[in-house]
Amino acid sequence: MQTAESRSPLARVLWILFLLSPFVGALWVPLYNRVDPTLGGIPFFYWFQFVWIIVTAVVTGVAYWRRV
Amino acid sequence: MNWTALTVFICLFAAVTVIGFLAARWKAASLDHLHEWGLAGRRFGTLITWFLLGGDLYTAYTFIAVPALVFGAGALGFFALPYTLMVFPFVYLVFPRLWSVAHRHGYVTASDFVRARYDSGLLALLVALTGILATMPYIALQLVGIQVVIGAMGFTGSGLLGALPLVVAFGVLAAYDYSSGIRAPAMIAVAKDLLIYLVIIAAVIVIPAQLGGYGHIFAAIPASKLLLKPPVPGNLGTYSAYATLALGSALALFLYPHSVTGLLSASNRNVIKRNMALLPAYSLVLALIAFLGYMAIAAGVAQNPAYTAFFKQYGTNFAVPALLLHSFPDWFVGVSFAAIAIGALVPAAIMSIASANLFTCNIYKEYLKRDATPQQQARTAKLVSLLVKVGALCFIVFVPEQYAIQFQLLGGLWIIQTLPAVVVGLYTRWFHRWALVAGWLVGMICGTWMAATQGFNSSIYPLHMGSLTVPGYAALYSLVANFAIAIVGTLVFRLLNAPAGEDATAPADYVHDVA
Repeated sequence: MQTAESRSPLARVLWILFLLSPFVGALWVPLYNRVDPTLGGIPFFYWFQFVWIIVTAVVTGVAYWRRV
Repeated sequence: MNWTALTVFICLFAAVTVIGFLAARWKAASLDHLHEWGLAGRRFGTLITWFLLGGDLYTAYTFIAVPALVFGAGALGFFALPYTLMVFPFVYLVFPRLWSVAHRHGYVTASDFVRARYDSGLLALLVALTGILATMPYIALQLVGIQVVIGAMGFTGSGLLGALPLVVAFGVLAAYDYSSGIRAPAMIAVAKDLLIYLVIIAAVIVIPAQLGGYGHIFAAIPASKLLLKPPVPGNLGTYSAYATLALGSALALFLYPHSVTGLLSASNRNVIKRNMALLPAYSLVLALIAFLGYMAIAAGVAQNPAYTAFFKQYGTNFAVPALLLHSFPDWFVGVSFAAIAIGALVPAAIMSIASANLFTCNIYKEYLKRDATPQQQARTAKLVSLLVKVGALCFIVFVPEQYAIQFQLLGGLWIIQTLPAVVVGLYTRWFHRWALVAGWLVGMICGTWMAATQGFNSSIYPLHMGSLTVPGYAALYSLVANFAIAIVGTLVFRLLNAPAGEDATAPADYVHDVA
């Protein structure tokens, strides 16, 4: 298994960008400041951010699994 | 007086107290050493670190204040979601390096690291003072959480008599902290989390069922609260406020001494990374907690005459206690209030230990008694952790609560000013130490000034850029000023050939691990 230190510089940069990718969804407020589509009566604003937390957990989980 | 709730509350509180004292024997070692009392000998594994950090970051104030903000301000209060989700990838990338270098050299605080990295006692002192100053009001706010639930059970007296339950609770906390050190909050954090999870799961199942489902709850929310107000031409309004609040808070969180203490007590580098993959589970809980604010609106607690007096005394902070009283039988109200109160003890304990670590390592040992023995250091730290708690208690009893909240708001603006020295310092020594001091000073002044223009009531500062107004978190704006000064200052000091000092760390230290 590769470790952080044995990766090429490009691979390391890509992994860093991968880890920071949740920031895009979190900071792009106009993307999710809307009511529709609702999910079981919950406006998009709320369930999107809820789902985005799960996406972040998957991202950090993958990074850990790949030993970044 | 709600006797059923009070009895359950006292029983749970007593059980936790026993755990706190027993903690001294756990992973036994001589507590006469600071790294044992204050960092548990850096021996916490994945599970305990998870509970410790979770117990540390999600405070009683979180359980009370986040739903209170949602209750009062609506969608804006949900900035806590993007905030906590950004924290973990950021910490995953950056803070294993701090753990490694601290483990290699035996640093107990972030200030220790700054001292060695930049060879600057002044910079280290500033980092330590900022940490202590930002943590004190935070501890006081934990007391606000306890105060609200104690009040909700019927102790509404004012003055010294009204403060008596608080004094008792904090006295107990101070006693087991003194004897067990960080082992006490680590063990109590487990009990706290089990209680909190129990309460939240019950709340998100039972209350929506009573209110007719989530669809009904959202239908009861006024349209003005449901979404962020969209920008108007020339003003980005709540959009920029929401995003910068989330980002600034995420960057600041792990600069707080109590977060650093939680991280450094981990047994190896991987424990931190694994935790950053696991901790988003808490963010999900936080999202559910935030929804409690909307449930309180839908349940109409503010219009209920039984709660009018409480809302008058505690403001929106009473939203969650009111909702729990409204929805649950008395015995479960006792359980949930105990969860909130115990949820205050864990972070309050870690915060006072972290402040004590800072004072002992970076002020006492550095300036007051250079030849202090390990026993003297541990004794000093224990005493300081007591003093810090007494200070926080006096703050809450004698000073209007509003000041604690405003002071904590300032704490966030101040602590982020240590980011260039601590976080950037983990990667490069490019910044000149004196430029970092200058940047810190400008950042502190700038952040405080921005808050002052808002009457210390809001950390959102309307920045004017030409004809465009960008309201944003003052911490982030003042951090930009800090960086600008640090960069310019570094170039100037280089030109002047100002001595940069010796670096006591080596590149390999930052990726060091134990097998």
